[in-house]
This record gives sequence, structure tokens and C-alpha cells, in this order.
Amino acid sequence: MESKINRYSKQLILINSLFIILWLVVSVFPFIWTFWGSFKVKADFFSRADWMFAVTGVNTLIETGDTSTVKAYVESWTEGEFWKATMNTIIITVSVVTISLFLGTLGAYALSRSTYKYTFWILIAALIFRAMPHITLVSGYLFPFFQLNVWGILPTTIIVLVAINQPFTLWLLYSFFKTVPKELDESALIDGCSYFQAFRYVIMPVMWPGVVTAGLFSMMLAYNDFTVTSLLLNQQNYTMVPKINAYLGTIEHSGNYMWAVSSVVSATAPLFMIIMFFQRQLISGLTAGAVKG
Amino acid sequence: MPHKTFFWFFFPSGLAMVLFIGLPIISSFFQSLHIEPEQILMEVEKCDPFGCKTETKVDIEATTKLQEEQPLGRFNGLGTYGDRNHLAFDQIKEAWNNSSSMSNFIDILLNLPFYKALLFTLTFCFAVTPPVVILGFIVALSINTLTKSLKGPTIFGVILPMIVTPLIGSLVLFWMIDAKGILGATIQYLFDDPNLSLKSSSQLTWITLIIYGIWHNTPFAFVVFYAALQTVPQDPIEAAIIDGASRYDRVRHIVIPHLYPVATFIILICLMDNFRVLEPIIGFAAEGVAQSLSWMIYNDLRSENKMLFGSAGATSMLTIIGVAFLLTPVLIRTWKEFRTER
Repeated sequence: MESKINRYSKQLILINSLFIILWLVVSVFPFIWTFWGSFKVKADFFSRADWMFAVTGVNTLIETGDTSTVKAYVESWTEGEFWKATMNTIIITVSVVTISLFLGTLGAYALSRSTYKYTFWILIAALIFRAMPHITLVSGYLFPFFQLNVWGILPTTIIVLVAINQPFTLWLLYSFFKTVPKELDESALIDGCSYFQAFRYVIMPVMWPGVVTAGLFSMMLAYNDFTVTSLLLNQQNYTMVPKINAYLGTIEHSGNYMWAVSSVVSATAPLFMIIMFFQRQLISGLTAGAVKG
Repeated sequence: MPHKTFFWFFFPSGLAMVLFIGLPIISSFFQSLHIEPEQILMEVEKCDPFGCKTETKVDIEATTKLQEEQPLGRFNGLGTYGDRNHLAFDQIKEAWNNSSSMSNFIDILLNLPFYKALLFTLTFCFAVTPPVVILGFIVALSINTLTKSLKGPTIFGVILPMIVTPLIGSLVLFWMIDAKGILGATIQYLFDDPNLSLKSSSQLTWITLIIYGIWHNTPFAFVVFYAALQTVPQDPIEAAIIDGASRYDRVRHIVIPHLYPVATFIILICLMDNFRVLEPIIGFAAEGVAQSLSWMIYNDLRSENKMLFGSAGATSMLTIIGVAFLLTPVLIRTWKEFRTER
């Protein structure tokens, strides 16, 4: 297939490689820089004198006796109570993923197998719901939640995140279930299964690729959320992202910047590792809505 | 599937969406019709050795009582929508009558909080989207030419900016662009101006935010384009090669037309997502010069002792109207897709 003319010329390969390397640097370097800088003291990472201090760690050497230090990590995890934020994030993420997949698979399966017209309207409604900015929803939650006295606790946030996540999960799983042949569960129905049994014994064993993709997106939403968690949780129940924002401090009192830097690394590292394993699912999920055939 | 079975399968998911997406919008609207109760003032006579004075003081007891009776405040109709912090009809009318020239009027208009925020939100949306589409396409084309073993790690590196949450992403960039960070210091050195920094002018802050937006959104465009490139039909390309078309001609006349629908999808999603821009403003600590609609709502809700539910509700409603405009083309597109499927 590769004919001679389709081979890449040397110049093209060179320009192409340079461009990709440049783009990789733009994408990746900020994270490497932050990772490296998180082991320095503030006087180095935000050096007024010379940014090279962040590389060599001159002040770190003066302050701690070594060119790199884990002081910021130790302090933020213990004194800054980042361990608590991590626990909260884990609780919220695991619950949100489990519940939204449970609701989402059932709902999306029904949507993909029903032939009535209302499924179309439900999907359109889900699309509209997905487009709602989260902050406008939060502004609607706060008042009723204060009145019902459920503001600030983890379960409320979990339910809210599950609901916010439903439209996308439904769409993703709907397009996945559409690719599962109808004959599979229809034959089970003919053999006398109920719809639920058909779902349980025929569809469940084959739905895992779609579920993993949907789960990945639910996880990213819950793990990364700032708008909902920062306004619906009280300070003690903060998850990682609002916690990092709290370290930055406000105009009234200065925060601890190096805590924020090290916490950014602590929060980002697990996410990157998960994405490394599930890169293919992430890409297939992102393109599910865009590319068809 | 019978209606009843469908209902039970869909019920939990539907209930969650109605309760926590549908109702909050209605609740937001309801809040926007109310305004916080005014503080009840009382006159107190205060006497000291130098004589007696009457002072006006807030009657805390009565105010608290009123707040308990009417937690949402008093009914205000559409008043909040027209006040100075939202559509500001009175101020616009006044500016229209008093301003000396058109540019003067526009100046006054864009200093009103709502219009200022709207201007930033729209500028952000429309400045970020075109570069995102173009860069995403170019990156997808280049990565597509790599050998298979290199593709995986390269794609992983390229999608990192999209994976991290906008707050963390903007912080990571902010720490580099900060006057004391590596990029900020380098820029100062290059322009030989020790006072040059992100904070020095509002234009620079806006540009920084837009650059962040491009950095964050390009991976999404790249991923979608990359997947679409795999579906470009090979036959016309081969035919074009035989006919002697150059590489540029092949991209221009075969690949790009094939990707048009995908590009519109990216543009629409990008516009919609960036319309809700909030976290970058917080991450870059740019509240002073760049406010978005979402930030206005966030700001109303942030203060712990006095949340402005009415104001936040009104801004939310206006934001939703904005989203509705951007959403219409997406809905039409989905509608057409469904039509062709059936």
C-alpha cells in the first residue's frame, strides 16, 4: 500500500519531529517543573533572585542542609491534614463511580432497547442537562440544602456528583449498548428470561469494556471536581482540590504556598498513573460522541 | 421493551437527574425572584457624660426573627435582574442619555459588572476555540505519522493538560508565569523590563488566561481529530496519489472535508465548556481584572455569613440563557443524527 510517493520526505520528518517534541515540552514540562520544585523551599521555587535556584536548590541547601527536601510533603500531609482530604476524595470517588455506574447501566440499557419515541426526548433532555454549568446548579442547591440541614456532609456531595454525572454516563453507555447486538438479549427473552434476567445474565458479562470507559469518566469528574466540592462541603470535609485552593490562602491571611505545590503533586500523581493504564478507554470514550463510522 | 419495564430500569437514573439537575434550576429561578431582607434599623439614645445622642443601629433581634420567618427574603419579582449588578437597565439608560459619544457609552457599559463579565466570558470562548481546533488538527496530523511504538507514550504526554482539573492546571502554569517563576523571569529578561508581569495589566492577564485555555483544551481537539483521522477512507487518497496530488493537496481536498463534521462538534463542545470558565480565574488569582459569569455566581455564594442567593440565582438564569444559545446548534445536530438513524 505504501507507494513510493507516500513516503515522507526527510524535511517533513524533521519538521514533524521538531513540532511534536516542542508540543510535548509544552504539555509535559509544567508538570515536571512542579514535581521538581515541590522538593525545594519557597525561596527557591519562587526565587526573586534567579529562577535557576529552583533547579539547583541553593536556599534549600541553606535552610535544610540538603538540595532537596520532603518537608512540604510531610507538613501538608500531617499539619495541613491533607491525609483527611485524600480520604474524603477516595470515599467520594469510589462511591460516585459505583453508584453512577449502577444507575447508568440500567438506564442506558433501557434507553438502548426501547423503541418508543420518548427515549429520544430523554436523551435530548440529558444533553441539555449536561450543558448546564455546574455553578448554576450549585446556586440552586445551597438554599434548600441549608434548610434541610444536609449541607457540608459527604453523602450530599456524593449524590449531587452522581446526578451531575448521569447525563454523560447515560450517553456514553447508550452508544455502547447500541453496539451490543440486540439478538443476544432477544434470544434470552424468547427462552423465557425476564428483562432483568436478560440484563443480568446476558448483557452484564459483555458490558465491561463500556463500563470501564464510563467508570473512568465518572472517576475523573469526582476526583477533579472543584465547583461542587468547594461550595457544598464544609472545611473539615474538603476533598483534595478545594483543600489545595484553601492552602493558597486568601487576601486576609497568607497561605502556605509550598503545601499547595506538594499537594498538587500528591493529587496529580495517582491520576496520571490511572490514565496511563486506561489511556485507550479514555480516548474511546472521548470520541464516542464525535466519530461515527 | 414495555413501558413498565422501561420505567423501572430508568427510574433511579431519571430520579437523580430530575431531583438534582431539574429542580435546582427551578429553585435557582425561584431564588432569583427574592431578595435578602433588609436589616431592621432602630434608633437608640446613647448617653454619656458629654450629652445624649440618637444613633441608628441594626436591630439584630428583629432582623434574625425576620430572617427566620422568611429565610429566602422578600419577594422582589424580576427586580434583581434589572439591578446594577445584573442587566442594569437604569444605569444603561442614564449612560445613554448622558454620555458624550458612543465610545464613552460603551466604556460605561463595559464597566457594569454583568457586562464586564459577559465580555470576558465571550472573549475567552471565542479567542480560545479557533486556535484549539487548528492546533489540535496539526498535532493529530503529526502524531498520526509516528511509528506505532512511539504513538502510545506521545499521546499520553500530549493529553496530560486535559486530564488535570482546571484549577490544578492553571496553578501549575501560574507558578511558572509568576514574576518569580521560570517563565515570568525569562520574559522579564527578554523584554528587559523588571516590572513586567502577568499582573501588570489587564490585557496581559487576559492573554495569559487565553493561553491557558488553549493549553487545556487542545488535547481534547487532538484526541477527537486523531480518532477521526483513523476513519479517513484510503481509496480516494490512493487515487489522489496516482493522479499526482501532493501531500498538501491530499490533506486539503480529502482529509479536511472528511473532518468537517468532527470540527463542528469540537467547536460546539469547546464553546460550551469554555462558557463556564471559572477555575482558571481562581487559579491565576485574576479576579481583579477578569470576571466571568460563573465567577460572579461563585463570588455571591462564597461568603459564609451572607450568601446572596437572589443575585446568584439571577446570574445563573442569565448564564443558562447564554448556554441555551450555544446549545441550540448541538441539539439540531443531534436531532438530525437521530433522524438519519431511524
